[in-house]
This record gives sequence, C-alpha cells and structure tokens, in this order.
Amino acid sequence: MLTANNITFAVGQKRLIEDISVSFGPGKLHLLIGPNGAGKSTLIKVLARLLRPQNGSIHYEGVDIRDAREADLAKHRAVLSQAIEVAFPLTVREVVMMGRYPHFGGRPGPADESIVDEVMAHFDVTEFSARDYQTLSGGERQRVNFARVLGQLWRDGHENRSQDGSSRPTCRYLFLDEPLTFLDIRHQIDFMKKVREFTNLPDVVTVGVVHDLNLATRFADQLVLLDGGRVIAHGAPAVVLTQDNIRKVFTVEPTFIPAKHSAMHIIFD
Amino acid sequence: MLIALAVLTLLVLAASIRYGAIDFSVAQISHALTSLYPGQPEPTLDQRIFLELRLPRAIMCLLVGASLGVGGTLMQALFRNPIVEPSLVGTSSGAAFGSALFFVLGGVLHIGTSLFALPVAACMGGVLSTYLVFLLARSREDGRASIVMLLLTGLAVNALFMSSIGFLQYLARDPQARSITFWSLGTLSGASWKAVEIVSISTVAGALIALRYAKQLNALMIGEEEATYLGVNVNRLKWIILSVNVVIVAVATAFTGVISFVGLIVPHILRMIGGADNRYLIVASALTGATLLTLADLLARIVVRPAELPIGIVTSAVGVPVFILLLRRRQYVF
Repeated sequence: MLTANNITFAVGQKRLIEDISVSFGPGKLHLLIGPNGAGKSTLIKVLARLLRPQNGSIHYEGVDIRDAREADLAKHRAVLSQAIEVAFPLTVREVVMMGRYPHFGGRPGPADESIVDEVMAHFDVTEFSARDYQTLSGGERQRVNFARVLGQLWRDGHENRSQDGSSRPTCRYLFLDEPLTFLDIRHQIDFMKKVREFTNLPDVVTVGVVHDLNLATRFADQLVLLDGGRVIAHGAPAVVLTQDNIRKVFTVEPTFIPAKHSAMHIIFD
Repeated sequence: MLIALAVLTLLVLAASIRYGAIDFSVAQISHALTSLYPGQPEPTLDQRIFLELRLPRAIMCLLVGASLGVGGTLMQALFRNPIVEPSLVGTSSGAAFGSALFFVLGGVLHIGTSLFALPVAACMGGVLSTYLVFLLARSREDGRASIVMLLLTGLAVNALFMSSIGFLQYLARDPQARSITFWSLGTLSGASWKAVEIVSISTVAGALIALRYAKQLNALMIGEEEATYLGVNVNRLKWIILSVNVVIVAVATAFTGVISFVGLIVPHILRMIGGADNRYLIVASALTGATLLTLADLLARIVVRPAELPIGIVTSAVGVPVFILLLRRRQYVF
C-alpha cells in the first residue's frame, strides 16, 4: 500500500503538483492520465522518491520514505522511464543484470543469473543477449529496460507465480513513466498485458503514466486524472473518463462507443 | 584477461629496468638486488645507479601510469563520455601549477620543499583548477555541464595554468626555472624512493576506493536518474569519485609533471577488448596505464640516449592523433 498525503512539489515559484493525497493498493493497476504539463511525470518521480516534495509525506506500507536509504528502497521499488541512453557499449545482458544490482554485493549470484535469464525470456529479448544495447531500436531498448526493471523486483519463481497471497512479504512498487512511447501497437498491448499480469500478484503496487486514454481504459483498474498539478478525478475508468471531464481537461469532444475488451472506446472529434 | 595484462606489465617492467642510458644485464640486476640483503658487500657504483635511479624510476612509472589510467576511467564513467580525461578538465595542469608555485615560494621564502608538502600543494592546485572548470562550464539553465563546454573550458583553464607556470619560470632564478619546466612537460627523471612511497599510497588507496564504487559507476552508465532508482546515491558517488580522481592524478603530477592522454587512451583500448564494465575496467586500466607509460618512458630514454626526452612529449605525440581520431568518430554523443 502506497499513500501520499498532501504532497506539493515546486520548482522555484512554480508548483508542479499541489496538495495531492492519493493511495494506491496492491494487486491493482493504477494509471495517471492528463494533458501535457499536468504533473504526471512529476508525481511518479515524487512517489518513487527521485524528487522530494516540499510538503506532505509518502508512505510505503505506513513507513515514511523521506529518509529511506537509496540502497534499501531499490530492493523493492523500480521505475521504468522512457528513452534510456547508454553511454558506453554494454551488452543487453549487462543492462538487464543492472536490475539485480541492489540485490548483490560484488558479483551476481546464481539466483541473480537465473532471474536475468527468466526476465529476458519473458520479454522476448534472449536473442539479443550478447548484442550491444546501443545497436537496438527504440522499441527493443524499451523491452530490454522493462526486463531490467522487472528483474529488479523479481522474487524467486515460486513466489512470483503464487497467487494465493499466503506469504506476503513487503510490497513491491513498480512505477512506469510513459513506458509505451517507443513501442508499436502490438508491443504496446503486449507490454500492458505483461504489466497487468505482474500487477495481479498480491504484493505488487503499480502506478504508471499512459497517454492513450483507450489503452488506459482497457487495462487500468483505477485512473487518476490530473490537471494543473491537481487531482481532478480518481476511480474506475468509466467514472473518471466522463464526457464532462474529458471536455474540461483535454478540451476535445469525446464520443463513447462500446468495445469488446474494454469498458468503452473513446473517439475524439 | 587481467592475468594476461599483468604478465604484460611485468614483461615491460623487466625491459624498463634493463635498458636506458646504460643497459644492465640480468646478472647485474640480480647482484644489485642481492646487495640489499644484510651481510652482502657494499653495492658498486653501477649497482647503486640501478638501485637508486633506475629501479625507483621504473616503479614510479608503473604507479603514475596506473594512476592516470584509473583517473581516465573514473572521469569517463563519471561524465558518461569517452573523451574526457584528467588533463583535459584541468586537473593535471592545476596540480602542476600548485607544485611549481610551492617550489618557487619554498625557495624564495625558505620554507624548504618537503616531499610531503609538495603533493598537498599539487592537490590544492588540482582541486582549484578542476573546480574552476566545472564552475565555468556549468550552464545557466539546468546547472549541468555539457561536454563541449567542459572541453572548451578545460582548454582555457589549462592554458591559464600552463602560462602561470611559464610566468613562475620567468620569475624564478635559473636553477629553479629548469625544474619548473619539468612540470609542464612531464618527466620521470626525478623519481626517488621517497616519491615512490607517497605515490604508491595514493595510487593503491585510490584504486581500491574506486573499485568499491565500480558497480555504482556501472549503474551511472544508464543515466543519473536510473542509477538513483537502482539504489545509488548519485551526489555522494560523484563527490567520492571526483575526489579520488583529483588526489591520484594530483599526487602523480606533483612528482612527474603533466602527462597527457594516457588516461584518455587506456580506457578506450580496454573497452574495445573487454567491454565497459567498470569492475574490470578499473583493474585493467591500472595495469594497462602502467604498461603504456612504462613503454613511453622506455622510448623517452632510448630514442636520444644517453640523453632523454620528457615523457609528456612522447605521450602527446602518440595521444594527440588518437584523440583526434576519436573526436572524428561520430558515434559519441555530445
């Protein structure tokens, strides 16, 4: 469980997010939506403790993370950003292995090696294993990074698959900052399905930013609509994406049509 | 891989202690070494030349080469860019200026030029110039230094400190002036056992600390934000690595003067053969830096023997074309 209380983050005089209080429970997919400059990325960075808010507090399972050590936080909090550039020639496997860095001291152990194998297979990047990351396309890179980020949160195979919630260690927190940017439509859907699947685990809290309202509607359990650094609406997609809200926040005119896999499909005029 | 590099280092070391202004045979070397044991006859003149000049110089060369190699690796990892090295961001020239100033003032004010105070003065010069480069290269908008600004500012600050050394030379009386030239060109001819002691402490300690942070430096390769998400305290890491770098480079420079381009070329060659993992790169660049500088020193001693060239001239002659070649390859992000 992640709770944020009255958080405000400002750069100079400009408040990027203002007095936001939200909580995100495990096992559900939470997506942030809103127009450019609404504060979505800032909120993700504040929740993941890259940025420290001037006001308010953030708790992971009741523990304030303000003064948590980076190294401790990294064991159960991972963030997928967009467009990651690597400065030097690194193999794909080396990049994925970085996800395990918080979990070992000097050299990776056998468990780390097998987790890397597993996540690479899961994201279909095993064939790139020895390739130089710099030679991959944008979409391929994004898959490699998703493998890295999930590798960071991966617990051993058994724990990952158990859905019964019998053993519940501390929650794992996954943040996604516009992860779909470089993906084609097939990989966007594939990607969201994998996020969905991972989030179904009883101890995973996932909060992401997605621009495509239809993808958001289809995959999210909860949407948070932001505008001007404030929360406009929070709840199930059908509750948040009303005609009024879309008109007010995005200043476009929506038409709703029924959809097969989703609560609704939105067309914009 | 690392073992092969270590063997290569030892081979080059062996060549370096044999050849020079005068050549020593293996028998002479072993006699000289055994004369150190108690109860042996006093060393002859040749043996003393070997023990007091050749050997400390060879070991100094290894240490300084290792320092510069590791310094280059650290700078490149820190700036996520393969074309920076300590002499390009001002550290070396500042350290040389610190040493020269201390040397001249020590002479004028009769402070005495203690071997321990010299590296301290060099570190102060190195810190000053490095800080100056970063301060001036920082852009107004986001507070970060772009690599082009960094290189250009480094160029300017280097010129400033080099001409300051020239000015000191102009002021100084003749015998001093000759020693000052040495800091701007770089040479190992002043090596002594005392200097070896001091440089070995900074080199070994610096390399060990760097190795401890190698994994964190790896994480930095995918960006500062990402490194933070992987549990790295990025600001702390930057401070530690920059400090280690200034100390190892400045202490080496205090005794040998400015030796450019070793720190640039070494990590480069190693990345091409063994990849970019800093855990490997730090150890390998210490070994390769030692090997390359020893080769350069050997060359400096043999080409015009019995005289010798300043080693800085040799490394620049080899390093400048490589640097230009690297700049012209477009795969680097500026």
